[in-house]
Amino acid sequence: MPTITYAQALNDALREAMREDPRIFLMGEDIGHHGGIFRVTKDLIDEFGPERVRDTPISESAFVGLGIGAAMTGLRPVVELLFMDFALVAADQIINQAAKLRYMSGGQVEVPIVIRAQQGGGRGNGAQHSQSFESWLAQVPGLIVVAPATPRDAKGLLKSAMKAGNPVVFIEHKLLYNTKGEVPETDVEIPIGQAEVKRPGEDITVVTYSRMLFAALEAAETLAGSGVQAEVIDLRTIEPLDMATVIASVKRTGRLLVVHESHSNCGLGAEIVARLYETNPEILTAPARRLGAHHTPIPVAEVLENTILPQATDIVALVEQMLD
Amino acid sequence: MPLALERLPDAYRQMHVIRKFEEAIRSLYQKGQIRGSFHPCVGQEATAVGVCWPLNHTDYLTCTYRGHGQALAKGLSPRAAMAEMLGRSTGCSAGKGGSMHFTDTAHGLLGANAIVAAGVPHAAGAALSAQMRGTKQVAVTVFGEGAVNQGVFHEALNLAVIWELPLVLVCENNLYSEMTPSRETTSVADTYKRAEAYGLTALQVDGNDVELLYATVEAAVERARAGEGPTYIEALTYRLWGHMMGDPEVYRTKDEVARARENDPLLRLGRRLGELGYSAAALGALEAEADDIIADAVQFAEASPLPDPSEAYTDVFA
Repeated sequence: MPTITYAQALNDALREAMREDPRIFLMGEDIGHHGGIFRVTKDLIDEFGPERVRDTPISESAFVGLGIGAAMTGLRPVVELLFMDFALVAADQIINQAAKLRYMSGGQVEVPIVIRAQQGGGRGNGAQHSQSFESWLAQVPGLIVVAPATPRDAKGLLKSAMKAGNPVVFIEHKLLYNTKGEVPETDVEIPIGQAEVKRPGEDITVVTYSRMLFAALEAAETLAGSGVQAEVIDLRTIEPLDMATVIASVKRTGRLLVVHESHSNCGLGAEIVARLYETNPEILTAPARRLGAHHTPIPVAEVLENTILPQATDIVALVEQMLD
Repeated sequence: MPLALERLPDAYRQMHVIRKFEEAIRSLYQKGQIRGSFHPCVGQEATAVGVCWPLNHTDYLTCTYRGHGQALAKGLSPRAAMAEMLGRSTGCSAGKGGSMHFTDTAHGLLGANAIVAAGVPHAAGAALSAQMRGTKQVAVTVFGEGAVNQGVFHEALNLAVIWELPLVLVCENNLYSEMTPSRETTSVADTYKRAEAYGLTALQVDGNDVELLYATVEAAVERARAGEGPTYIEALTYRLWGHMMGDPEVYRTKDEVARARENDPLLRLGRRLGELGYSAAALGALEAEADDIIADAVQFAEASPLPDPSEAYTDVFA
């Protein structure tokens, strides 16, 4: 099985899908000859031309809005936001428009648009280029939200997103693009809404996604050294949430920790913990916990940023506390 | 081709259907039978017919929460529209959209929008889609002069010009942005001058002259269909009623509104038909037909079932 980068996996997904489906086209800043700042659209313009790989002005509202109009009328746009932070510039189009047009029209209109954006910190990009918005986005009825962590999942979920027939916010992470992983050469399609156990264990369930998967796996490795077997679940899809996989795991481990890079306050961790308490409180042998970013903007200096964002060592410490 | 003289009576009837639709809504609203907001287009009926009649039913349209007239003129049935106002299952959006979101994809109406200027990029995207699919369809977006102060309007206009999209942008300048005179909040109140800066043909016309507007839009649609890119048309009009139900209209005098009534597009078209030899009785018959259409729509809507509560959960996703 070939080992490729996360960026290459996304590039392959786009290329293969565009070959198959002439309705798919791309819009975004610097995605043409420049190939995108993280090279996800590298060389696609050479194969598909500027008609299907469209460089846009720095007008996020407009090109997301044009994507919605194109999606409503028979095309399958994939639009790229340079940074997830810029989704706020296009928030009306994403939240008031894409997510609601189908419902408000009584099902007459379909909006099969994929909005790709990379998010997260760890690179010193500062408070306006490092945020994670999946919890907000998951709160909006009408949006599907996915956040793959591995090259295989990135490719497979992007393929599924382009076929979903609904607005999908496809969340990438800026620190994952150069990570490598095995991706089958045969067509890979990962269904939306399915979590995956990335490391089995019996003592505690750690639920996470996106870049924090690797912090959780690192923590699990450390914990294994002291005899603690952590099960690590990668949600892969944020909305709809695969609670069945989470519950099945916690039934065996009795403990739940949710780890994400977005802010802990009102975050996805709170949602998962609340759902578990609502449906299966009896399976917990210890209080469920969550770990997310501290409640400050994301700072630039490495020591400050690492203080704010969850680290593998924080996960280890919290798990040890929960098992104590 | 200008609006054919023999179609002027039809235009007169259509404009009266729109007027009476709004009058019926006001009456139902006052009786507490309609929920939510209602932004009447009374006084702006010529922009409905003048903009929508030059289009094919496959051409796309986006409009605004003041777009009942455009929706009806594009082909939305008065029954489905009225049922939507009353929140019935037979409404065009099965009671989920209401007054501000009339949609009728069978007639190319992609949707009215409740966010000012938000429908402009949707129409541009539909135009892009038509261009890429090579269908020769045209997209039209109607918005108020208030939309010209929104960023996304300018962003979309820029894209429409650089990509030479088959798009016609129609600004209904009714002088008031919600409850504030636009000239007080706008550096250049003639919106066509601002549009012109993007390097496209931008015109200002009398928006209460249905024949002039029809001819202007038709020419723009032909240019768009021929691949000659977008056109901007500013249609000067006047909103004879308030911004919405309950608007105390403190921003204008009764004299001003009375003067504007002399320029009511329905009266103007009636005078024009009189000059062409139509009798008062003939016009009255057309108005009576419009009355019947609206009475039928109200009757249909009132007799229609409410949505089943389970319908609240459907249509979120495909």
